[in-house]
Amino acid sequence: MHELSPMAFAISSSIKVFLVFSVSLAVVAFMTLTERKVAGFIQDRLGPNRVGPFGLLQPVADGIKNFLKEETMPATANRPFFIMAPMLAIIPAVVTFAVIPFAAPLPTPWGVVGMVVADIPIGILYVLALSSLGVYGLFLAGWASNNKYALLGGVRSSSQMVSYEVALGLSLIPVFMLAGNVTLTEIVWQQQLLGMWYLFPLSLAFIFFVISAFAETNRLPFDLPEAESELVTGYHTEYSAMKFSMFMIAEFSHILTASALMATLFLGGWSIPFWSGDHMFWYQGMLISGFGADGAPVAAAPALWITLLTLLSFIVKTLFFILVFMWVRWTLPRFRYDQVMHLGWKVMLPIALAYVMIIAATILVLDQVGIEGFLFGAVLTLVSLLCTGIFVFAVDRDRIISGSTREPAPPAPRSPVPSGAGVRRVLPAGSPASGDL
Amino acid sequence: MVDVLFYVFAAVALGGGLGVVLARSPVGSLLFMLATLFSVAGIFVLLEAHFLAAIQVMVYAGAIMVLFLFVIMLLNLGHDFRKDFTFGAGMVAAFVVAGVMAGFLARQFRGSGDHPLYAFFPGPEGMDALLAEQGAVGAIAHPLFTDYVVAFELTGILLLMALVGAIAIAKQRV
Repeated sequence: MHELSPMAFAISSSIKVFLVFSVSLAVVAFMTLTERKVAGFIQDRLGPNRVGPFGLLQPVADGIKNFLKEETMPATANRPFFIMAPMLAIIPAVVTFAVIPFAAPLPTPWGVVGMVVADIPIGILYVLALSSLGVYGLFLAGWASNNKYALLGGVRSSSQMVSYEVALGLSLIPVFMLAGNVTLTEIVWQQQLLGMWYLFPLSLAFIFFVISAFAETNRLPFDLPEAESELVTGYHTEYSAMKFSMFMIAEFSHILTASALMATLFLGGWSIPFWSGDHMFWYQGMLISGFGADGAPVAAAPALWITLLTLLSFIVKTLFFILVFMWVRWTLPRFRYDQVMHLGWKVMLPIALAYVMIIAATILVLDQVGIEGFLFGAVLTLVSLLCTGIFVFAVDRDRIISGSTREPAPPAPRSPVPSGAGVRRVLPAGSPASGDL
Repeated sequence: MVDVLFYVFAAVALGGGLGVVLARSPVGSLLFMLATLFSVAGIFVLLEAHFLAAIQVMVYAGAIMVLFLFVIMLLNLGHDFRKDFTFGAGMVAAFVVAGVMAGFLARQFRGSGDHPLYAFFPGPEGMDALLAEQGAVGAIAHPLFTDYVVAFELTGILLLMALVGAIAIAKQRV
């Protein structure tokens, strides 16, 4: 199995770019329908069901509607920035999918084609870099509209995204330490070698990544930038027609990319659990399926059916996280702004830092002792489980674990004597709660 | 192909740099600066310095410029900045800085003087082998955390001191 010639590489890359771009935009279109269907299911109603069978053509109808609506331009808006903002929002959202591997390499008569648009050596850093640019679209939209609600939405979105980028980056460091590299193909490969999804050995990092991803995509419970009960619709208040639609496409593309990233980083990506037939990785210009007993690489045997099966695995995992995004939206209420900042800076940042140190120390000890393979993962799983337990117990504040079992505290009895400096409190005789004071 | 891309990125970077100086509104200047930073990141990619490009975009374009945006939009609303740019001490300082920069560039183009960092450069083939062995991040991380670890940690402490100092100064005004 050899690598592609430059010509075949160019042609296959063009095809992949076209396919991934159009498929992801189609998925985004149908995610709007899924969201409304899930909302309907959760709220015990039907959801859209008028256009086409089961309402399946609703996204098409929405698209046509958005194309035909009037483009509004506020009189006092800053015209060039107002037009530029939706573009700046949508470009980072649609190009980040390029580095995510979505299936096992595909054998063709011209060589083996990797099922990722661009397997660049910086992998996920590319995603982080581009998604950090998404701030500009939202902030410019809020500022250029010259509308106080839009400006507040823009300020909130950018401060929230900047804050949670820190926690997002810190939650990725344990993954890098375990995988030893930042390319997503290698992260998938290392999970296959370990025989364990990173969800288990790095459970706390997974929780932090999910929380930060919700904040980065501006989804409930972090949708303060477009809090409709306070800010009309936040940064896109003044937008209509396709410009408004572009913000929506950007948000849903972010959800798609975040779901695919969670699946790749923590759920093994396209690999199929409990099966070693799909282990494939480019190692020194050779597609290998693993290392023999003597440490020599063993050549892999890619096949079309393996590629299709792994693609299915990737789609199932990604769709699961997309559903989680929607499920959470219709389950949790919105945070208050100070709660968002408190969680990001005072809770997640220090705990993520401590967790990085704990995981680094554990990996160091395990390497020194010489433990490898499944036991390595099992020890890390135990350590992470302990950290996750402590974290959940600390932030829980008696709500989930013992919230319903504890009796509510009785109201404090009123003292007949006004309390003040030098006045000793006198309790009414026989007060039931006198011991509590 | 690489040559064409280089000229495109270089043109955008230079145009953006001019735009920063010439734009009427501060927000316009900021967006031009963003274009410049992004084009320089593109040139880094053409030089196969992927990690540097990602960090350039992530840190400068994604974090520092966002803070600039905050400052420009929120703290400086309605402030007439144009009187800051009259002839005077600032202009003299600008010319001095430009002259010093031109001197550095001239030294680089003449090729005179020793380049201390070139001693560590393993050449194109050695670079490819290094990248294949350690990855794009490892090739930077290994020297940073072995040979230069003291300087690296000291820089971290310096930045922390700056941060604490900034907070201490800002606190007094509240």
